[in-house]
Amino acid sequence: MDVLYFAWVRERIGLPKERIETEAATVSDLVAELSAREDRYAAAFADLSALRVALDQELSDFDASLVGVREVAFFPPMTGG
Amino acid sequence: MRISVQQEEFDLGAEANTFAAGDDANGAIVTFTGVVRDLASGDLDVMEIEHYPGMTERALTKIAEEAQQRWSLGDVLVIHRHGRLAPGDRIMMVATAARHRKDAFEAAEYLMDYLKSRAPFWKKEITTSGAEWVAAKDEDEDALTRW
Repeated sequence: MDVLYFAWVRERIGLPKERIETEAATVSDLVAELSAREDRYAAAFADLSALRVALDQELSDFDASLVGVREVAFFPPMTGG
Repeated sequence: MRISVQQEEFDLGAEANTFAAGDDANGAIVTFTGVVRDLASGDLDVMEIEHYPGMTERALTKIAEEAQQRWSLGDVLVIHRHGRLAPGDRIMMVATAARHRKDAFEAAEYLMDYLKSRAPFWKKEITTSGAEWVAAKDEDEDALTRW
C-alpha cells in the first residue's frame, strides 16, 4: 500500500510518500510496525492523539482495519480556512 | 456547486459577481473570505499551505453536499488556495446562494466550521526567525458540535 505523510509528520519522517508491503491488520498495527523500524518513525508516531489518519482519502481512526485499503495517510489535525 | 483547490490568486469581485448572477430565484448571497493575517509581532514573511491532493477535493465536496442537504441552497462555491502566500493575500472564499438569508448565512458558517478542521490543509508560518506549523485550535473542533 501507499503510505503518505503530511505537514510535520512528513518533515519528521523525511519523506512524503512510500510504498510499504505489510501484513498489518489495523492502522495501529501499521504504526507499531513503522515505529519499530527506525527512530524517526517512532518520533513521528510518539503521540497518536496529535495525529489523524485517512484511509483511501477518508478520515478514519487508529482501530480501523486495513483490509482492502490502498492508501493510508498520516497527518496532524487540519488547519484549513 | 463549484469546488476549486488552486495555487493561483482569485478575483473576489469577479467570483462574487459570477456567483450572484447565477439564478434569480436566489434572494440572498453570502460570501466569506479568509485572508492571511500577519502575526502580532508583524514579522510573518510567508504562510505556506500544504494540502492532500485528491482528498482535499473529496472532503470539500462532501462538506458542500452536506450543507446542501441541511439548508435550502441554490448554489455553493468553495475556493481554497495552497502554496506560498503573503500577509494580506486571500486564502479562500465560500459563497452560498439561497432564497432567504438565514439559509445562506447558516450554510456559510457551517462550511467554514467544517472546512477548518475536516479539509486536509495545513498552515505553516515562516518568519525571519524560523518556521512553525500552525496548531489546530480546540475551539475549532468544538465549533463542530453546534451543528
